[in-house]
Amino acid sequence: MSAKIMDSDAIRRAVMRMAHEILEKAGPKDLALIGIRTRGVTLAERLRQAIKSIEGADVPSGILDITLYRDDLTLVGAKPLVRETLIDFDITGKRIVLVDDVFFTGRTIRAALDALTDFGRPAKIELAVLVDRGHRELPIRADFVGKNIPTSKEQNVKVVLGETDQAQDAVLVEEGRQ
Amino acid sequence: MTTTATWTRKHLLGLQELSREEIELVLETAKSFKEVSSRDVKKVPALRGKTVVTLFFEPSTRTRVSFELAAKRLSADTLNITASVSSTTKGETLLDTAKNIEAMSVDAMVVRHGTSGAPMILAEGLNCSVINAGDGCREHPTQALLDMFTLQEKFGRIEGLKVAIVGDILHSRVARSNIWGLTKLGAKVTVCGPATLMPRGIESMGVQVSYDIKDVIRNSDAIIALRLQKERQEAKFLPSMREYAQLFGINAVKLSEGKDGLIVMHPGPTNRGLELSAEVADGKQSVILDQVTNGVAVRMAVLYLVLGTKES
Repeated sequence: MSAKIMDSDAIRRAVMRMAHEILEKAGPKDLALIGIRTRGVTLAERLRQAIKSIEGADVPSGILDITLYRDDLTLVGAKPLVRETLIDFDITGKRIVLVDDVFFTGRTIRAALDALTDFGRPAKIELAVLVDRGHRELPIRADFVGKNIPTSKEQNVKVVLGETDQAQDAVLVEEGRQ
Repeated sequence: MTTTATWTRKHLLGLQELSREEIELVLETAKSFKEVSSRDVKKVPALRGKTVVTLFFEPSTRTRVSFELAAKRLSADTLNITASVSSTTKGETLLDTAKNIEAMSVDAMVVRHGTSGAPMILAEGLNCSVINAGDGCREHPTQALLDMFTLQEKFGRIEGLKVAIVGDILHSRVARSNIWGLTKLGAKVTVCGPATLMPRGIESMGVQVSYDIKDVIRNSDAIIALRLQKERQEAKFLPSMREYAQLFGINAVKLSEGKDGLIVMHPGPTNRGLELSAEVADGKQSVILDQVTNGVAVRMAVLYLVLGTKES
């Protein structure tokens, strides 16, 4: 059983609004986007395009794989597949906006912050997420949110994006976590 | 290359027992780890709190340092034990030495030993992970994995590549591991060397045998030259080193007969002027130092996959 919370239009509007908010706060100066694998990368690219269409500015973007920084690596049996991190610009002094699809316990973001500090010292790190579903386990909050979706812990929030999933954009809430 | 295989092995003893998917998983994982070594901060916390011991009963610089750096870049603690300072010189057995080290809460042991099968004995007798860093004339899995990683990087594929392994095939664990791995990944492997150093029945491993180095150079995409192990030549396998260099050594003149894009590899340490002329070893077709660079990434991948995998 699943309920569609956002369709492709709603996602498009949310991304556009977040792009405006990111620019409204401090403009495109020193701005850089870093997407967290896998769907955060797609969203970061969409935000980059939106920022370009609004401001005409080409902001750099990078890809972050947080697998090696997970705090549960010693708990899981078979090791999760590690993918490449691609950040081909110096993050030191930059205003970094971390991008992810679903904001849940905050542990992924904690790992991402650790990973980023290994690459340099940004002037500021902010967080943009498409969906904030609550249930934080760490004192971390988002700066830009596409949609707040109150959920129970047992539910599963699934983000479907054309580029990664070969299906129409949607945000679904499924009963019973897989 | 996408792979769906999952890693369930606690030890890495050789490539003979690995499936094609498992080998591809290691190579794919290594790709991600190569990036870590190119950062300013060359360290990730993946194996924080783990202890890795290298236990080497044969001399080695490259492999031991490579494993040590790999472990350190994953934030594991490392300890190196070499034969000359180990208690085996006082008569303790290999397994007893290893068990005593393990008793100090070690998570992985990287072992090199002159006897084929020594890592298997340790894997059976110990609870920690065992990684084979070369055993006798049997296998040297991480060397073959880094060779395959380098081939993959240079050619974008391994399937269908023509790879020649040249030299002392008889005593070479590098050759054996490479033959297992390369043939599983679909490469066409030719072995070439003096008849006295060619194991009988090697064809059954799925390779072609040639005694003509010029013909081999003309027909290959990559050549892996093996180190002539002078210490293993006492039994007079060769009339003279000079004759070997003339017949099987690779120099610029012989190499000029090869295809465009032919690359030359060597597991090191190189006997300059014997297997490879200095000109070839330092030439633009040589990828020897790329192999060394890739070795750290491949060993990081192996440590990452093996450590923490529960007994299957």
